[in-house]
Amino acid sequence: MTTRNQSSCDESEMELFSYLLRLGDNALILGQQLGASVGKGPELEEEMALANFALDYIGQARLFFGLAAEIEGKGRNEDDLAFLRDGIDFTNVLLVEQPNGDFAQTIARQFFFESFYLLQLRALRHSENSKLAEIAAKAGKEIQYHLRHTQQWLVRLGDGTVESHRRMQAGVDRLWQYTGELFEIDDLDRWAIDAGIGADLAEIRQTWLAEIKSAFVEATLEMPAGEWMAGGGKQGRHSEHLGYLLADLQFLQRAYPGAAW
Amino acid sequence: MTVETHDLAAETIAFALASKLPDPEIPVLTLGDLGVIRWVKVSSENNVTVGIAPTYSGCPATEFIESSVIEELKNNGFGDVQAERVLSPTWTTDWISDEGRLKLHDYGIVPPDKAAESKRALFHRGLDIACPRCGSQQTSKVSEFGSTPCKSSYKCTACLEPFEYFKCL
Repeated sequence: MTTRNQSSCDESEMELFSYLLRLGDNALILGQQLGASVGKGPELEEEMALANFALDYIGQARLFFGLAAEIEGKGRNEDDLAFLRDGIDFTNVLLVEQPNGDFAQTIARQFFFESFYLLQLRALRHSENSKLAEIAAKAGKEIQYHLRHTQQWLVRLGDGTVESHRRMQAGVDRLWQYTGELFEIDDLDRWAIDAGIGADLAEIRQTWLAEIKSAFVEATLEMPAGEWMAGGGKQGRHSEHLGYLLADLQFLQRAYPGAAW
Repeated sequence: MTVETHDLAAETIAFALASKLPDPEIPVLTLGDLGVIRWVKVSSENNVTVGIAPTYSGCPATEFIESSVIEELKNNGFGDVQAERVLSPTWTTDWISDEGRLKLHDYGIVPPDKAAESKRALFHRGLDIACPRCGSQQTSKVSEFGSTPCKSSYKCTACLEPFEYFKCL
């Protein structure tokens, strides 16, 4: 890693770099989790769907990391950001690192995250940073397609058999505690909102809640009642799942630095 | 102020060369049909930059397309060739040419509707997809996803053939 005088990088560039990393980390970690479900899908069509989701997320992560690396200007590239950072340096939300569990839990995680992420991307289309706005426009189309699929499964399982309903409800109940962090506004989010670069999470939250509620009614699911919310992912404090995930993801570059196809 | 000089005749040639290369995943389509070659700049030193729009964020064909364009231009006497990713305006299926749509259909892939911005087309609500082989409207969707990020899977209930539909995105 090149070391260069920190002061050469101006402060707002560091903020923008960190903001882009969060977006890239969410996409990378969720893409990796989805990739791990390949070979374990409930049916062939869902294998294809989950693999397609994973591919889109990895592609989006590359775009966010590529822009972040360019802004940082320290000679790191997208691969360095993905493979050569430790768990504490990852700033994805806890929700995306949660394991796939059964298919209902996978759907619950995808539904909670994608319904949030789509709103976030729509807001980012108007970002003052034009490159970020371009990435958001591109990613938004893809996530809209995912979300429709995920929501159909939420309804199909929730309003399905006694067993599928039980599992779908268990899935959303289990992951509910990770939804609070999606809307937590810390100093970095505040900076991004004030600079016209980032999405206003408070605004998004209202729309998100309304959409979740209506989907749950259609799926005959109960809104989870828990008020305690987990947090810390955005600041680098993760659940135990991230370490295992990174061990898989980063093994090759750690064991054989610089290995290429 | 220095003005960068461009060789317009060379740019036209380079654009045509890049445009006639086949798409790696659907080789009946050229990159020109697909609408991914956006612009070409040739400097007075014979150095080329080609603006290429990626189709889907994670599509593995993107890098293959870039390297095939670079190779083709180098083989045709251009000097240093670089590819630049162009994200704006965003590539949508509306960029596929009319000729490209006909080629897709003849190849057995139902071409996308030409209205990628409409939500209705994105999710294909209320639109009948005719079988590209027998023309029957009696078709059903097998999966919203398919063998590549750009396609979904269908089957014809009249002639029983499976076929693919190019997602409108």
